[in-house]
Amino acid sequence: MSFFGKFFNKKKKEDLDKGLEKTKTSFLNKLSKAVAGKATVDEEVLDELENILITSDVGLDTTVKIIERIEGRVAKDKYLNISELNSILKDEIVQLLGENNIQDLEDYILPNPDVKPNIILVVGVNGVGKTTTIGKLAHQYKSQGKKVVLGAADTFRAAAVDQLKIWAERVGCDFYSKGMNTDPAAVAYETTQYAIQNNCDVAIIDTAGRLHTKVNLMKELSKIKRSVDKAMPGAPHDVMLVLDATTGQNAIEQATHFTNATQVSSLALTKLDGTAKGGVVIGISDQFKIPIKYIGVGEGIDHLQVFNKKAFVESLFEGEVVGN
Amino acid sequence: MFDNLSDRLEGAFKTLKGEGKLTEINIAQSVKEIRRALVAADVNYQIAKDFTNRVKDKALGQENILKSIKPGELMVKIVMDELTELMGGQTAGINIKGDPGVVLVAGLQGSGKTTFSGKLAHFLITQRKKKPLLVACDVYRPAAINQLGVIAEQVKAGFYKEPENKNPVEIALSGIAFAKENGYDVVIVDTAGRLSIDEAMMKEISAIKNAISPNETLFVVDAMTGQDAVNTAKAFNEVINYDGVVLTKMDGDTRGGAALSVKYTVGKPIKFVSMGEKMDTLDIFHPDRMAQRILGMGDIISLVEKAQSQFDEEEAKRLEKKIRKNKFDFNDFLSQIGQIRKMGDLKSLIKMIPGMGKMMKNIDIDNSAFDKIESIIFSMTPLERSNPELINTSRKKRIARGSGKSMEEINRFIKDFEQMRKMMHKFTKMEGGPGGMGGGAGRRIKRRRKSKFRR
Repeated sequence: MSFFGKFFNKKKKEDLDKGLEKTKTSFLNKLSKAVAGKATVDEEVLDELENILITSDVGLDTTVKIIERIEGRVAKDKYLNISELNSILKDEIVQLLGENNIQDLEDYILPNPDVKPNIILVVGVNGVGKTTTIGKLAHQYKSQGKKVVLGAADTFRAAAVDQLKIWAERVGCDFYSKGMNTDPAAVAYETTQYAIQNNCDVAIIDTAGRLHTKVNLMKELSKIKRSVDKAMPGAPHDVMLVLDATTGQNAIEQATHFTNATQVSSLALTKLDGTAKGGVVIGISDQFKIPIKYIGVGEGIDHLQVFNKKAFVESLFEGEVVGN
Repeated sequence: MFDNLSDRLEGAFKTLKGEGKLTEINIAQSVKEIRRALVAADVNYQIAKDFTNRVKDKALGQENILKSIKPGELMVKIVMDELTELMGGQTAGINIKGDPGVVLVAGLQGSGKTTFSGKLAHFLITQRKKKPLLVACDVYRPAAINQLGVIAEQVKAGFYKEPENKNPVEIALSGIAFAKENGYDVVIVDTAGRLSIDEAMMKEISAIKNAISPNETLFVVDAMTGQDAVNTAKAFNEVINYDGVVLTKMDGDTRGGAALSVKYTVGKPIKFVSMGEKMDTLDIFHPDRMAQRILGMGDIISLVEKAQSQFDEEEAKRLEKKIRKNKFDFNDFLSQIGQIRKMGDLKSLIKMIPGMGKMMKNIDIDNSAFDKIESIIFSMTPLERSNPELINTSRKKRIARGSGKSMEEINRFIKDFEQMRKMMHKFTKMEGGPGGMGGGAGRRIKRRRKSKFRR
């Protein structure tokens, strides 16, 4: 995924690089190895396909679903050659991502442009990059000339408030906090009030990372959401679940529980600048009919991109593989 | 944490029940199920394949030697043995010898390095009577230094920072010098999260390591990591040649296949398991227990040890006797609830009981669930509490009125209680053997475990 900005220009080769040696293995290369001398899609090709999808964290169920679709096409068209397979495959996955008829965002638009302010609640497990994503999103809104406030409702993790505050300073937007160890629902409520009173276009509320298995913390999250609704009926206008691309199949559990607790309405997939493919979101998007809005591709302030189905699917098959 | 994997393996073994012996044909299905289970648990695809091939070869090879055992049991044993081997054979401790001992902590962003550093300090203070110094070398992430500072204060460890210095190598070195001057005997160096393909950052961590020559370099991995665990573990290992692995966020419901992948790929021991945001939730990793856990045998030893620190020993003995005689009553249940409440998070405790992980999979428990149980028991007469058999319909009606619960709830509670009692009785009879998996393998496993204790 080196085409994603940050690491593009760091190409110095030194002894350290040995450890980072990458074999460029495009899907087509792999396939051509698997099908040397063959013209059609057979078991072996499908096995190789399975391997690629599974190692991209797509997961068993979704992989089986995709392969069955391909098998269906093979059966119907009788003869399917390898080069056709590549494009058909991408079509199928893009379709899986888009079956809910959700268009990719064109730009960093507000969830509901008809109201003011928009309230965005950001949720997720520990360490996925919620705060960083908020900082980057705030930067995008700010660059569009919008008035933004960040609400520090992660009052639990050590120095979480400081972290968000530094982001607010970097972005040059407003910041609302009641300090550490205060009631997060109250912070969310007051941030919403602040946004209304100060004529903000958007308030983004940061919450503490929590594992979806912690019942009480999930209840707390529901309460935070309710308190936002109390401060402004109809809010939050977007509940964004942040998922880490390095996460495996557990992301499905995360999506299930966070959706139950807060009716998640969009996804952000972070850390896609690494070697992880984040394939698990295909299944999540398909199963929950939640659109993926943004992807995180680095720690810099502008390393947030609008999600593009086609580009994402491309990256599953054309990325680099470390080692063997 | 591995419940789902256990479920699937159990399912695979079921297909073997009733078969006379293991053959290429009749193990094909269970081998496939095992592979699927491992992949669904985020074990790397290739590793899952290798692993199941090994299991298959072993299974077919042993066919003639151990004819007396049921094939299902034999498969359990083989999978278990292979898994234990794969997870790392023996428990590996942490090396903090040195003056001061130096521990370097590295990993991806958000894997839990800073929290782990704090927990390690707490562990060293409380379990090893050390005086650790936490050194903040994450100069990039906003407020990372403050975060470590707050944690250091919480666990009462020393803290060293240079907020203006952007050179982590220098900070680490002066941190060690500071420790020497101020009588700290262990230095824990917390570093910034980095991606394995970020060449500049990987060079930096390599430079830090070379400069401070740590006694122990630990690689921190989020237990929820998927297929990429292999790539990351390998890349970090090639650059910093770490001594051990730390698995974090194990208190979630991740199947934790990453643990297997990492171990298999780099062959480095998993040294710690981190399971929560509280500072005292760090455990030494036990490969054999983990393998048992994977197989649905529960982590009975962990449970016992966890209980020991807070559980009154006399009380435990009394209880065990009662359970053995199947005399466990509501009074015991009440006192157990009290004990459990002392121990902390209920779900993680229950999961350690054999067979329970599966049962509790979709049940949300929080400790307030006990309030209901207590209110029901409190509405019983002392006689009823010590003689659960006595409770008939009219007694139930009175209890329902007294506790403000419906008849239905009372019925369900009593039924559950009876079931629990039966199960506990069964477990004590088996002495920690695998529930529902047949005695053969269980006996062997027990024998092996015993010999380990004797050592």
